[in-house]
Amino acid sequence: MSHNHSELADKFASNVERMKWHDKALWFVRVKRDTQAKSLDEWEELRNTADKIKSHTLSHLDEYLEQFEKNALARGIRVHWAKDAKEHNEIVLDLLRSHNAKMIVKSKSMLTEECHLNPYLEEHGIEVVDTDLGERIVQLRNEPPSHIVLPAIHLKKEDVGTTFEKFLNTQKGNSDPTYLTRAARAHLREKFVGADASMTGVNFAIAETGGIVVCTNEGNADLGASLPKLHIACMGIEKIIPRLKDLSIFTRLLARSATGQPVTTYTSHYHGAVEGGEMHVVIVDNGRSKILADKRYVKSLQCIRCGACLNTCPIYRRSGGYSYGYVIPGPIGSTLAPSRDLKKYYSLPFACSLCFSCSNICPVKVDLAEQLYLKRQDVVDAGYLSPIKLNALKMATWLMCRPKLMDFAGLMARKMVPILPRVLLYSKFNLWGKNRELPPFPKNSFKELYKAKKGIK
Amino acid sequence: MSSREAILKAIKEAKPHNSESALPEVNILHTTYDDLDAKFATTLAGVGGNAVHLDSLSAVEGYIKEHYKEAKVIVSTVEGLHVNTKELGATDDPHTLKDVDLAIIKGEFAVAENGAVWIKEADARHRALYFITQKLMIIVPKEQIVHSMHEAYTRISFGDKDIFGLFISGPSKTADIEQSLVIGAHGATEACVVFI
Ligand code: SF4
Repeated sequence: MSHNHSELADKFASNVERMKWHDKALWFVRVKRDTQAKSLDEWEELRNTADKIKSHTLSHLDEYLEQFEKNALARGIRVHWAKDAKEHNEIVLDLLRSHNAKMIVKSKSMLTEECHLNPYLEEHGIEVVDTDLGERIVQLRNEPPSHIVLPAIHLKKEDVGTTFEKFLNTQKGNSDPTYLTRAARAHLREKFVGADASMTGVNFAIAETGGIVVCTNEGNADLGASLPKLHIACMGIEKIIPRLKDLSIFTRLLARSATGQPVTTYTSHYHGAVEGGEMHVVIVDNGRSKILADKRYVKSLQCIRCGACLNTCPIYRRSGGYSYGYVIPGPIGSTLAPSRDLKKYYSLPFACSLCFSCSNICPVKVDLAEQLYLKRQDVVDAGYLSPIKLNALKMATWLMCRPKLMDFAGLMARKMVPILPRVLLYSKFNLWGKNRELPPFPKNSFKELYKAKKGIK
Repeated sequence: MSSREAILKAIKEAKPHNSESALPEVNILHTTYDDLDAKFATTLAGVGGNAVHLDSLSAVEGYIKEHYKEAKVIVSTVEGLHVNTKELGATDDPHTLKDVDLAIIKGEFAVAENGAVWIKEADARHRALYFITQKLMIIVPKEQIVHSMHEAYTRISFGDKDIFGLFISGPSKTADIEQSLVIGAHGATEACVVFI
C-alpha cells in the first residue's frame, strides 16, 4: 500500500499549537548547531574532508569490509553477515538463544528499527528494553521514534508524565523533566543490572583496527554493553571508515550537527568483549548495495545519521516524523525510502520545497535536495504521480513551450482571476491554493515590466 | 553462496568506480586556543562538568573528603590514592559495582575544544565502573591537554591487546523530554576532572 505524505501531514498540522511548538523545538536545535559550526573556522574543510573519506570508502567498500572483518576476528570479535532484515533478526535470535538470554537491553539503533527486530524478538519470547530515554518513552507508548536523534520530539512533557504514571508509577500530574528522567533512571538501572545480553548500534566501524565506535549522551549503550557477557552490535555496510584517525573528522562533526554539542558525552571505542564475554558484530546489507549501484543516489549512503537535515527542514518541522511513514523521516528518509520502494513512498520526494537547506547543512555533504529533485522525476517516469498533479504539469509544459500563448494566458489570468468567485478559484483543481491565498495580481507581466525598464520595444 | 560472499559480490559489482576518490590526508588546520586550561574548563562547564587543579594526590584526598561527604562506596583505580572502600579487581562480576557512589579513574589527556578526556586503563578490570558509578572523578596529569580531536587521535592507538577506550565529556545527560536538558541520565550524574 502506498501512503501519502500530505494527508498524514494534514493530520499532524491540524493541531496548530502543537505543530508550532514542534517547529520551534527543532529550530532551537538547528540554532545550537549553527553556533557550534560557526565557532570553527575549519567547518567547511571538515565537511569537505568527511565527504571525501566517505566517498572514497564507498568506492572501496568491499575491501574495507574485509579488512574490518579480518582485524575484528583477530581480536576475537565474531563477525556475521546478513543479506536482509530477516537474516539479521535470525542471527540475533540465534545468538540470544545460544546464551539462554531472556531479557536484553538495547541502545538506539535505527538499523534494528529498520529490521523490525523488537517485535520479532518479542514474538519469540524475549523481553527487549530500549534504554535510550526517548526510545523507552516511545516503546512504552507502543509508538515508533519520530526523529532519528530525538525519538520523542513529537511529545510534550505532559504526555511523558502520563505515560510514566501508567508504567513507572510516577506521581500523578508530575511532568517535571528532571523528576521523570530520574524515575526512568531508576527503572532502567534495574533493567541494566538484570539483562542477559546487550545490543548496540554502531556509529563507526574502523577497518584499520577492527573495532567499533558508539556515541551517546546518556551512557545507556555503554552501561548496557559493559555488564552482561554478550554484546551484539549491528551495523549497515556503510558504517565503515578506513582509519582510526578519520574519527577526528567525524567526532568533530557528528554531535555539533546533531544537537549543537561539541562532542557526545561518551565516544566509546569497542575492540573486544568484557572479561569472559563475547562480542559479535552483525553486518547488514538490506538493500544498501542496490543504492550503491545508482550513481545518482549513492551519496545517501554517506549519511552519519546526525538528524541535522530533519531539524532544518521546513517541511519536517511542520509535518512531524510520522507523516513520512518510514523509519527514517525528513530529507534523508525521503530519498532512502523511495530507493527501497518507489511505489509505496512515491509522495516523499514531494515533501520538499527544494530550499536546499538540507544539502547545505549536511556534515558529510549528502546531496539531499538534488536527490529529491531526481526522485520526483523517477516517480513521474514510473507513472506513480496522481493524475491531477500529472495533468497540471503536462498542461504547464505544453503552455510554456508556446511563448505567445503563454503571454496571452498570463494576460487573461491577470484580468480574470481578480474577478472570479472564490469557489471557482479555490476548487480542487487548484492544488497550489490549498491552505494558501493567491497573491494580488499585478497589472503588467514581468516581461512587460522588464521591457519597459530596459526601453525595449 | 554464503551471505558474506553474496554481499561482497553485490558490493563489488555495484560500487562506484571514480578515480578521483583517493583517501584524503587528515591534516586540517584546526582552531587553537591561547589558554588551553581555560578553554577546557569553560567547555567542560558548558556540558555540565567541572575542572579543578590540585597539587598532589593528598590534596585530592582532601578534596574528596570535603566535596563527596555522602559517598559511602568509593572505588579508585588511581595508584597512591587512599580513598577506596571497595577494590575494583576483587570481584569477577561487574554487577557488584552497582552500589558505587564515587569512582576515581585515570585519564590520559584532555581535549580543550570539547571538554573530553581520553580514558584507556589497561589495568582496570571492569569498564562498567565508568558508567555505573553515581559520580565520576577523572585524574589527568597536568599539561596533558590538547587543542582538538585532530591532536587527540594522533595520541590514540589500538594495539593487539587493547580492547576498550573512550572519551568522556562531562556527566551523562539527556534532552529527550521536551528538549529540556537534564544532567544525569544513565551514567554519572556528576563529572569532575582533576589536573595534578
Ligand atoms: S543526510 Fe546528512 S544531515 Fe541528514 S542525517 Fe544524514 S548526515 Fe545528517
